[in-house]
Amino acid sequence: MTGGQTMTKFQLITKGLIKENPTFVLLLGMCPTLATTTSAINGMSMGLATMFVLVLSNMAISAVAKVIPDKVRIPAYIVIIATFVTLLQFVMQAYTPAIYETLGIFIPLIVVNCIVLGRAEAFANKNSVVDSACDGLGIGLGFTLSLTVLGVIREILGSGSAFGFKFLPGDGILCFVLAPGAFMVLGYLIVLFHKLTDKKNK
Amino acid sequence: MAIQSSFKNMVLCLSVICIVCSTLLAVVYAVTAAPIQAAAEAKTNAAIAQVVPPFEGSPEEGAVSVDGTEYPYYTVSGASGVAGYAIISSGSGFSGAVQVMVGFYPDGKIYNTAVLSQAETPGLGAKCVEPEFRDQFKDFDPAVKKLSVAKDGGDVNAITASTITSRAFCDALNGAVRAFNAITGASKPVDASSGATASGDMGKDVEDAK
Amino acid sequence: MNRLLVSPAPHLHTRTSTMSLMRDVVIALLPTVIVSILFYGWREIMILAVSVISCVLLEYLITRFLLKRPNTIGDWSAAVTGVLLALNLPATSPWWMVLIGAIVAIGVAKMTFGGLGQNLFNPALVGRVFLLISFPVAMTDWGPVRGFIGNADAATGATPLGLAKEGGIEAIQHLDYLNMLYANIGGSAGELSAIAILIGFIYLLARKVIRPHITLSIWITVFVFSGIMWLADPSAYTDPIFNLLTGGILLGSVFMATDYVTSPMSARGGIIFGVGIGIITMLIRYFGSYPEGVSFAILIMNSTVPLINKFCKSKKYGR
Repeated sequence: MTGGQTMTKFQLITKGLIKENPTFVLLLGMCPTLATTTSAINGMSMGLATMFVLVLSNMAISAVAKVIPDKVRIPAYIVIIATFVTLLQFVMQAYTPAIYETLGIFIPLIVVNCIVLGRAEAFANKNSVVDSACDGLGIGLGFTLSLTVLGVIREILGSGSAFGFKFLPGDGILCFVLAPGAFMVLGYLIVLFHKLTDKKNK
Repeated sequence: MAIQSSFKNMVLCLSVICIVCSTLLAVVYAVTAAPIQAAAEAKTNAAIAQVVPPFEGSPEEGAVSVDGTEYPYYTVSGASGVAGYAIISSGSGFSGAVQVMVGFYPDGKIYNTAVLSQAETPGLGAKCVEPEFRDQFKDFDPAVKKLSVAKDGGDVNAITASTITSRAFCDALNGAVRAFNAITGASKPVDASSGATASGDMGKDVEDAK
Repeated sequence: MNRLLVSPAPHLHTRTSTMSLMRDVVIALLPTVIVSILFYGWREIMILAVSVISCVLLEYLITRFLLKRPNTIGDWSAAVTGVLLALNLPATSPWWMVLIGAIVAIGVAKMTFGGLGQNLFNPALVGRVFLLISFPVAMTDWGPVRGFIGNADAATGATPLGLAKEGGIEAIQHLDYLNMLYANIGGSAGELSAIAILIGFIYLLARKVIRPHITLSIWITVFVFSGIMWLADPSAYTDPIFNLLTGGILLGSVFMATDYVTSPMSARGGIIFGVGIGIITMLIRYFGSYPEGVSFAILIMNSTVPLINKFCKSKKYGR
């Protein structure tokens, strides 16, 4: 995308879903990916929260990138990102306290999610505000989608339910709710994703 | 692309960004402070309403200290005086503290319990939040029955394969009973508590084969 | 032929093949299998059958349809995994649990890494640990199960290690070591009889299928570690003989820690590997939350094998 050829706004959004999917292709932001996808709703909330920060920080950074001296750009970006994360934290605490509690420490940790700073460095600081917003939206959607898929699979296998709706009695295969299951499902999803996309590209 | 860095413009730039960001946060904080507090209060009140008998008005906050441990508690009142107490207590579980809110009738019987926070193993200790386990404490009279798991000679049915969590839960309840006695000034001996604590320290296991 | 040992020259050619080695392992496992069937009866036969059949079938299906390679079930390694997995499960395990264990063992732990010779972890143990984490209640349900011989008590209740963890040292005072040597009280099939496993061990040594370094260094480490702790405080720590005879130490040290693919190549590496397993096992038994730690210990040390191999590389001939 930085290679010179311009992309349409639509391409900017859709590339985050498959070609530059942050979870399955770029393998960024693995920490929240593994930790918060114990259920579909948790995974989706985490994805949406990250997308919110990503869109706003991308826009803000692309707007001010021109006036920030090169040597202090990283601290400046981090302050901007941290501001949006804290803002999100306040809003979630106030209006969706239940989700805020389940996601716990991972909301403040969006600050150090490499996807957010990565997009700021790789895209937002050299592109226009609108393009950066589309890029943030695309990558954010890709992240949300991957986390939701991961969450759905782990929830079905691990607790016999999907989006909180229980359709199997009993506990399910507990390993999938715990950390080892996260690694296993992620690994197989990456394999599957590459198998499917490789075919398409050929 | 970006402008040349000099000491002056770096300081200026970062200062401006910080000022703008903190202003923004201050505004958002001012807007959300009230709802955040309301949400936290609603959560506490919901927990209280769940563990104590029906009451009128709003719960009264207090704290009592027994043997060096601070127990926050809430007193609720009905038409005829005190309707019950909700005491927050915790026990040391398999992975960290199990925080329990215990509701009492004024006569010292347990009305209901609610788990405020726990990080126990899903499918094992985490079952302590489920009614199947907690329901046995409804109308539990600590003066009559022994508040420790059956394995330690008490009257509590432990969660399958999760003795540690069950013990932690009993420890929390015993703490609450002590706090209750301190609040009401009752001098009822809590004989079960000492035994449960001692054995709770001894075993370290989840995996008991029943 | 498979790459069994990768070491610098000189090399000798022998008539052994993966198939003959694995067949020897199956023969060595027979005494243990027979004892477990005698004590746990039809249920154990069912578990063994489901486990072996599904392991072999899965390996066939995966090589045939997913990897599209010539199938490898003829080398008996899937069957060995199946038997070991079955011996690691309680006799009360339902058939679907055994099937899930087999899927994880063959599908995840073995074929995902590329099949025999490429897997980092012992497949049967990965299957067992996966089940232990996923179905903790069912995996610690030891009975009662009706066997062909023995009284009902012999196959009921908690494992000795579980008792020790739960009730402290007093709870195991009544146990008789002679009884443990002949047939343990309670536990998964492979934990039953020490003698049956030792017969298998001697057979494997006699047939030169395994070298004794790993197994013996595990035993010595467990014995010394628990001996020191026991001498320091006999009222808090279980004694060395108890620790050697109970749980999966024998089965694990003879049949699973010695797995060619997942253990170090050199003798020196084997000793480091064994000592590590012994120490981790005892740390888990004494201080961990699980009563038994052999499977975890072997898996943890499995992950260090590439490092150990690098560290203990044998010198090139002539240097």
